[in-house]
Amino acid sequence: METTLASSNDWRAQQQAHFRRRALDNLTIVLFLAPAFVLFLVFVIYPILQSVYYSLFNWKGFGPAVDFVGLNNYVGILSDQIFLKAVKNGLLIVALSLTLQLPLSLALALMVGRDLPGRTFFRTIFFMPYVFSEVITAIMWQSLYNPDPERGLINALLVLIPGVKAQAWLGDPNMVMACIFVVLTWKYFGLHMLLYMAGLQNIPAEIEEAARIDGADRRQLLTYITLPLLGGTIRTTVYLSAIGSLQQFILIWIMTKGGPVNASEVMATYMYRFGFVRFWLGYGCAVAIVMFLICLIFSLVFQRMARQPDYLGSI
Amino acid sequence: MRKPILFLSLLVTLSLVLAACGPTPAAPTEAPPPTEAPTKAPEKVTITWWHISTAEEHKALWQKLADEYMAAHPNVTIEITVLENEAFKAKMTTVMQSGEPPDIFQSWGGGVMNEYANAGMLKDITPDLDADGGAWRNTFAPGALGVYAYKGKNYGVPWDMGMIGWWYNKDLFAQAGIQEPPKTWTELLDDVKKLKDAGITPIAVGMGDKWPGMHMWAYLVTRIGGKDNFEGALLRTGSFTDPPFVEAGQKLQELLALEPFQDGFLGATYGDEATAMGNGKVAMELMGQWAPAVMNDNSADKQGIGDKLGWFPFPMVEGGKGDPNDAVGGGNGFAIGKNASPEAVDFVKYLSRPESQVQLAEIGVIIPVVKGGEAGLKDPLMITLQQSLAKAQYFQLYYDQALPPAMGSVINDSVQGLFAGTLTPEQLGQAIEDSAKTELQ
Repeated sequence: METTLASSNDWRAQQQAHFRRRALDNLTIVLFLAPAFVLFLVFVIYPILQSVYYSLFNWKGFGPAVDFVGLNNYVGILSDQIFLKAVKNGLLIVALSLTLQLPLSLALALMVGRDLPGRTFFRTIFFMPYVFSEVITAIMWQSLYNPDPERGLINALLVLIPGVKAQAWLGDPNMVMACIFVVLTWKYFGLHMLLYMAGLQNIPAEIEEAARIDGADRRQLLTYITLPLLGGTIRTTVYLSAIGSLQQFILIWIMTKGGPVNASEVMATYMYRFGFVRFWLGYGCAVAIVMFLICLIFSLVFQRMARQPDYLGSI
Repeated sequence: MRKPILFLSLLVTLSLVLAACGPTPAAPTEAPPPTEAPTKAPEKVTITWWHISTAEEHKALWQKLADEYMAAHPNVTIEITVLENEAFKAKMTTVMQSGEPPDIFQSWGGGVMNEYANAGMLKDITPDLDADGGAWRNTFAPGALGVYAYKGKNYGVPWDMGMIGWWYNKDLFAQAGIQEPPKTWTELLDDVKKLKDAGITPIAVGMGDKWPGMHMWAYLVTRIGGKDNFEGALLRTGSFTDPPFVEAGQKLQELLALEPFQDGFLGATYGDEATAMGNGKVAMELMGQWAPAVMNDNSADKQGIGDKLGWFPFPMVEGGKGDPNDAVGGGNGFAIGKNASPEAVDFVKYLSRPESQVQLAEIGVIIPVVKGGEAGLKDPLMITLQQSLAKAQYFQLYYDQALPPAMGSVINDSVQGLFAGTLTPEQLGQAIEDSAKTELQ
């Protein structure tokens, strides 16, 4: 299909062929995009619009929605102490993820990505939790946290220490969030570690070598070379981690159902409770929209504030 | 050279998309089985059946009954889905919203079933029950069948009806020096103290699942207020903030103050509760007639605590208006989905024969609801329970089933709050009343 007309002197024919090829190219693009675009419209945009519609009704999920209540559902959500608690818990997970989970992942990436002996072994081990399904993870940790020392491994080990008593863990409203955070960290640090390792591999060895020749010690190498060049990856993981934390559901629902007494409630468990346990589908839709807006606003602000240097840097 | 490849891949993509959109190729048609008689074989029918009887023996018996029916009716295929209780409830909400209920499924009757019926998700089987002069209807105990009726129409049938009571470990009671089970609330509190003094955990409760503890409160309300109190609140002539509802919370607080529960009870599931009882580590639990089966299944050796298990009804509360014989309970039944075929209804009829009931009673998982079924009742505890139930003048269906789902959920959540000490008895009543204002109209 190499255009044989190119050898011809006919400028018009050449031009026509060019346009035809352009049109064909565009058609190709459109055809390739169309299936994904249609799926996106049907499965993402349409349900969101539908949720917005239902969120304006007092609707129980059966039959058509008829009881229009305007913005009442939203007023109810924003004035509900339990929802505010859920938002607070979500922000707590975000804060802890950013201050503990990500630095841990980075530290491990620096170790297993570079010079630790047996690093492939550790890499596999560290990544393993991420491969497990969330349901399996939740059930496994539920057993580990079992308050009965004869059934829960953690308590079984704890009672071996003289003077230490078994703890209620997930059954203790004051401890439950910390317990859940441990599970979240265990589950997701491997993913972030992997992202950091990929980022580290993109840093040219020459730059580090040059710095070393200039007399930079290990600490200087890390703070002036490695971390700045890893900036893009760090921003990506911060974004993923924050959004993931705000939308956390499966692990928490299985382990605690948001309990005891809403102590581990997050926005998604709150939404499920009202939508699918109490059958208040309209209210549940409104919660979903509030969640969507919170995540959207966070994304936009984050893109604006943190992501920009990436684009500039790549120019 | 790039273009042909592009075109090729485009072609492949398109054909894949088109193939995906097109009608699925028909499965290879089976050759019709050679029939000796020229009569047309009955049409093939598939019945979908969801039940939650996960205990081994029980599950096997349902399977056996289905196999028997399929053997007798070769044109019928019964697809059984066995679900765990909580998973079943979650799954039902989604299939109901999509409008595709299974043909036969677990139901407790009451508020949840009524909501399904209101939405047109259930099949009215009144004509089937009344056929042949009510031949099928008359086999049932009327009270039990009534739980599956709504506005004069029947949408399901019961296969079990029992009551909640205290299951206790006789050995542990003896160790604590308790001669006989408590008859009054004060005696119960005393016994809890004795058990604690003897170093025994008095009560197991799975408060993470909420409903196990909710029944404690519901029983106290029933004992203190009696029938008129609850019906008043239900029919809106009274309120859920009326004194009996608040007093029940205060009585419960007396019990909570003794810290009678196993460690971590606020996050525990009913499974944890049953395990603690089945392994003989806790003295008692408040639970329905299924407790021994679940206890055995959850115990380490699958045997439970055997004949060390005892049962006593919920004690009377001094000065309460309720009769000490009044019972809180409920049962299990099957609701019939709107798409159910006549064969599905016929199969349910088969399941509710006295013979089936006898077999279920023999493995100790039900209190029969069909006349003649009690012949299978061998377990002395089950006989005690059935006799106790027969004495009840007022039978209160579980609150979280009798009321609309939203209210049931509010009650469960709020009682958990009382257990955790974050809600007062007054706030508990108020939360339920707030919900009643919108749900009971």
